[in-house]
Amino acid sequence: MNGIPVNNILFVSIALFFIGMYGLFTRRNMITMLMSLELILNSVNINFVVFNKYLYPDKLDGLFFAIFIITIAAAEAAVAIAIIINLYRSHRSIDVETAEEMKY
Amino acid sequence: MSYSSYIALIPILPLAGFVLLGLFGRKYLKNASGIIGTGLLLVAAVLALYTAYHYFFVDGKVGDQYQSITAFKFTWLSFSDNVSIDMGIVLDPISVMMLVVVTFVSLMVHIFSLGYMKGEERFSTYYAFLGLFTFSMLGLVVSGNLFQVYMFWELVGVSSYLLIGYYYDKPSAVAASKKAFIVTRFADLGFLIGILVLAYYGGTLDIGTLIQKLTQQQSAEFLAISTASLFGVSALSWGLCLVFMGGAGKSAMFPLHIWLPDAMEGPTPVSALIHAATMVVAGVYLVARLFPLFTLTQASLTVVTYVGLVSALIAAVIACTQTDIKRVLAYSTMSQIGYMMFALGVSGYGGENGLGYTASMFHLFTHAFFKSLLFLCAGAVIHLVHSNEMKDMGGLRKFMPVTNICFLIACLAIAGVPPLAGFFSKEEILLAAYNSNKLVYGEALFTSGLTAFYMFRLYFSIFWNKQKDFHHHNDHGEGTMSMKIPLIILALCSAGAGFIHFGEFVSSDGKALESQFDPVFSAAPVLFGLAGIMLAWVMYKRETDKPQKVAASLGGLYRAAYHKFYIDEVYLFFTKKIIFNLIGRPAAWIDRNVVDGLVNASANITADISAMIKGLQSGKVQAYALYFFGGIVTLAVVFLYWWK
Repeated sequence: MNGIPVNNILFVSIALFFIGMYGLFTRRNMITMLMSLELILNSVNINFVVFNKYLYPDKLDGLFFAIFIITIAAAEAAVAIAIIINLYRSHRSIDVETAEEMKY
Repeated sequence: MSYSSYIALIPILPLAGFVLLGLFGRKYLKNASGIIGTGLLLVAAVLALYTAYHYFFVDGKVGDQYQSITAFKFTWLSFSDNVSIDMGIVLDPISVMMLVVVTFVSLMVHIFSLGYMKGEERFSTYYAFLGLFTFSMLGLVVSGNLFQVYMFWELVGVSSYLLIGYYYDKPSAVAASKKAFIVTRFADLGFLIGILVLAYYGGTLDIGTLIQKLTQQQSAEFLAISTASLFGVSALSWGLCLVFMGGAGKSAMFPLHIWLPDAMEGPTPVSALIHAATMVVAGVYLVARLFPLFTLTQASLTVVTYVGLVSALIAAVIACTQTDIKRVLAYSTMSQIGYMMFALGVSGYGGENGLGYTASMFHLFTHAFFKSLLFLCAGAVIHLVHSNEMKDMGGLRKFMPVTNICFLIACLAIAGVPPLAGFFSKEEILLAAYNSNKLVYGEALFTSGLTAFYMFRLYFSIFWNKQKDFHHHNDHGEGTMSMKIPLIILALCSAGAGFIHFGEFVSSDGKALESQFDPVFSAAPVLFGLAGIMLAWVMYKRETDKPQKVAASLGGLYRAAYHKFYIDEVYLFFTKKIIFNLIGRPAAWIDRNVVDGLVNASANITADISAMIKGLQSGKVQAYALYFFGGIVTLAVVFLYWWK
């Protein structure tokens, strides 16, 4: 793994981030949006791990952060799916644009 | 026992009744409220009588002069070293006398109301208001500070307003209560300015100190107040006349009397208490309180004299033509207060000259008894007949023997027939008038004849005349014992109060004043009174067409008096046509367009801006995410490149 330059890994991370961003803004399906959100979170995870590995190899702070984020992402997914299920119950659809009443 | 240990209880007990019944009366004490209010007042009345005994017979007198005793005092609000608003209790002959009168009449009214107001929806509220009124009136009479007087003055105004409007579902009662409040409030504006003038020049609000400072002819304050002038009238006269304006408003003196007849919309016992015996004499009391100041300028005394005189005459003439029994009594009250006023006006200070002062206070004292008796009898009559109109009554002597006798006693007393109370006090007033001003005397004599006439017109129309077909379905008869007992007690007082040697106790300078009794002098007023009674006898004892004939022959005069000399109409003209058009409408225009315009403009601008930007809150989650992301980017740019 030491052979891989840090730039390549950061490129993957940035690519993941913007793919996630793109998905979040363009998809109307809330499950897809949730998946996009996971991509964004994981790109951040990669960043933490990589910087920890290359800048402070004898410390573990970055890894801890990554583990925290994974935990919280799991919780967040549970909440989000609960919201999606309720949205489906009330609107018979999980298209995010069907729930536009909360305005003005 | 020193006064300070119990004196404060006299006003505080009715206040406690007000608080207790006001807070808990309607829910928890509905049936007991009458007893509670009456019981508290009974204690207060006993304490007041004890105070009077103690003051007049034990320690009020130092040498041969009654002293003013400050029983209790604390500074409530201090403006400077000398000027402060104190709350206190000052005992001097007139305040002690008023304590007795107020608590006693109030007690009688409380007892009477037990029967009269029974079954009313807001029974406990009624007693709460009575307690508030009694408290305010007692606070007023014991005040030693001008501003304390003013505060309690307004409080009696409020409680009067509340009680006049007691039947708040009757539009006429609501209108009457508003009228009473606005007219007296307008007069109180003058009172307040008067207080400020006196306090500004006198440098104190304390009545005793003020009198002491201003009555010394050499003092700096006296020189200042008598040299400063406006329109050629000295500041002292201005101040006193303005204070008198407040008193005239409260005492229903011409031309501020228009509220009193309408105030009869309240429950009849209230009229007896507030609009006959106590509150309306507050103006007389105020003038008496500041009497040493009034004697300093002849101008203010002249104003007092002629206002009183005109009121006495006008009210007596109007009273002859009214048909609502309570209105007749209201005008009669106004007329009698006019007597008290001009008695003060013709009086001097000290010794023999102070006869008018003593007479005025004496008349106040006796009038409280017989006028409240008249009103309570009228209440008993109304209770039976369910009407205020004289034409619905007649021949009632068979149905209400006790009321008949009591009413007769009160009528004889007010007509000045010896040896009832009114005879003695009116006698002294006439004597004081005779000694100082023959014109006043002649007019007062004529008015006393008129008084006898209209009172007996009332008496014969109610109790004699032809028996009318009133509603027989009520089986309560004359009324309960609680209604008869106060009548009997007050009738005894009306008969006997005149035998008190009043001059020994109350006089302008505190020294005993020997009142001489001259049978020759008293012949004229008694003859006038008897003539009035005879005239009423002829016209009203049986149902005849004489009253109509007399009314027709008098023509315009009768119509003018029947319409109360069109004074109400003049007021309406002034307020509706002049004040409303010239002041009210421009003020309303400014309020609607300028004041409201500013407020509306700020609201409209806010609404417009929010309408412009509300599109941002679209309800689309992804749009929000985009704003969020855009914000993050912007912040990132700011922090990375600008915020080094």
